[in-house]
Amino acid sequence: MIVDINFVGLIIASIMASAVPLILASCGELITERSGVLNLGVEGMMIIGAISGFALMTVTGSLIIAVFGAMLAGVLISTIFAFLTQTLITNHVATGLALTIFGIGISAMIGKNFVGIPGKEFPVLFEGLKDTIPLLSPILFGHSIVFYFAFALPFITSYFLKKTKIGLIVRAVGDSPESASNQGINVRFVRYACILYGGAMCGLAGAYLSMIYTPQWIENMTGGRGWIALALVVFSTWNPIKILIGAMIFGGLTIIQFHMQAIGVRIPVQFLTALPYIVTIIVLVVISRDSRKIRLSTPSSLGKSFHKDN
Amino acid sequence: MHKFLIRSFVSSLVLLFTLTVAAVAKDVKAAFVYIGPTGDHGWTYQHDVGRKAVEAAGFKTTYVEGVPESADAERVLRQLANSGHDIIFTTSFGYMNPTNKVAKEFPNVKFEHATGYKREHPNVATYAARFYEGRTILGTIAGTMTKSNVIGYVASFPIPEVIRGINSFTLAAQKVNPNIKTKIVWAFTWYDPGKEAEAAKALIDQGADVIAQHTDSTAIVQMAEKAGVYAFGQASDMDKFAPKAVLTSVENNWGPYYVDRVKAVANGTWNQKDTWHGIGDGMVVISGLDSQIPGDLQAKVKKLQADLASGKVHSFTGPIYDQKGNLMVAEGKTADDGMLAGMMTYVKGVEGDIPK
Repeated sequence: MIVDINFVGLIIASIMASAVPLILASCGELITERSGVLNLGVEGMMIIGAISGFALMTVTGSLIIAVFGAMLAGVLISTIFAFLTQTLITNHVATGLALTIFGIGISAMIGKNFVGIPGKEFPVLFEGLKDTIPLLSPILFGHSIVFYFAFALPFITSYFLKKTKIGLIVRAVGDSPESASNQGINVRFVRYACILYGGAMCGLAGAYLSMIYTPQWIENMTGGRGWIALALVVFSTWNPIKILIGAMIFGGLTIIQFHMQAIGVRIPVQFLTALPYIVTIIVLVVISRDSRKIRLSTPSSLGKSFHKDN
Repeated sequence: MHKFLIRSFVSSLVLLFTLTVAAVAKDVKAAFVYIGPTGDHGWTYQHDVGRKAVEAAGFKTTYVEGVPESADAERVLRQLANSGHDIIFTTSFGYMNPTNKVAKEFPNVKFEHATGYKREHPNVATYAARFYEGRTILGTIAGTMTKSNVIGYVASFPIPEVIRGINSFTLAAQKVNPNIKTKIVWAFTWYDPGKEAEAAKALIDQGADVIAQHTDSTAIVQMAEKAGVYAFGQASDMDKFAPKAVLTSVENNWGPYYVDRVKAVANGTWNQKDTWHGIGDGMVVISGLDSQIPGDLQAKVKKLQADLASGKVHSFTGPIYDQKGNLMVAEGKTADDGMLAGMMTYVKGVEGDIPK
């Protein structure tokens, strides 16, 4: 086996790159859930972001328009969810599932004309520094702006929820919408905002897949990553830093199992393929087993509709 | 009431007349059943290109995409057979039993099943392509172009089709370069760009400088382009996705066969048969060779292509041994179609075990 230090750096860099969409979508969904709304439409919002980003990039040729357009598309589709669940008070679970089915269908429809078109190259930062420090260089340098943003996001999210007044309001709305409402907080407005923010992050996660990670459009290209992102939020017990850990373990095992196959480790391949799912759940359950903390961080009113007049 | 009866009598007469005219005019309608979406830019996409060729030849076509290989397939087939289709193409292995079952109920409708072997009723034909011939060409190019002598291969599922491809590729590569090593990674998916890219990256990080694939998306050739190694396109010409990396592609070309068979129905000459076409019949097409392939290799590949087409060269010519050293094909002999269709053992030189 090759024990080159730069080889290790390369593997870590690929693990981080594969974790980016999970981190983005999970951190977005985390804010939504912290406000008490369970949106199971992550996969649908991601795939809408993926096709919107790719289509805008192909049509306008501008990467900036494409990235922001994908986020806007995520916002727009989550507005449907917000309107249904917050204004029309529909069931969160059913509406979220419908959103995913809708997203997959409509993305396929829009995408018909974009199959078989190569994507554009996305610019990377600090490429000149790529060979300066052993081990660390491939990890730190030569990535897209979205990559750096994704790794800052868990910390920003954590700070936002713990240290800012708006973060406190979001948590209050998620834990006890009645009390928050009595304090004069517009619960519906806060939840709308959190849902739309979640949509924007899922849109960005989708755009990362179709524009940066594997620059192309094919149907269903998110491949279930939205569901993994959802699971990460729950198993991380609504903690953004643990989302980061979970996403790295998941991405890590996916990539390491390919390396083990290529080296010729004699473990059944089916087991290796299942490994990321099993280990990620076990690790997150183990590091989050303090039941008092789970109770504290679980949004008490998650998935429950809130009527202002009761 | 009286008026109503007359009106319905007249309208049913008109309807009957229309139906009769339609039947007399031999307006052949063809239907296609797809396993994936037509937007996969791979397997289903290529079948749909074939369908469009049938349209262009002046026939009406219908397609149903994303049909699971379950009882759903039967329902879809029955509905297509009931709604006036004369010939139905079922384009995935798992449709084998549903196709035969429904064919029994509709003896006047022709059924064509891709990649299967069951023809239980006179109105069922089967067809497949000898993709392994294309992989003989890829193996020859890969074995010559590699500098690290490590070739990566991203595989999908352990079925004879894929094993046959790996064997054919490895035999050809070893023939031109006995020192090469083929590293195989099973992605357990036909298309998931993210996973395919990760599998390719792992192989590249481990020193592979040529990557072959038996999954459908373009993610692998794009990853190869980024990493500066060579790759081959799958199912369709993928050159525009990775102009520097892609040396050539093996394309699935179903159009001519589809047009032939639909025309046969129109002429009343359709018959049951099993078709297994390769390079010679144009069902497997090698895209243009990249200019990075040196002139002598280009000439060699062109000759090999012509010899495979004429049948002078067979991808599986003995002596061929399996991994344990048992003789599979004797010297001077070639593997027969029965052996190829059920091939579930690696040839000597392929590393690792087939996932069970």
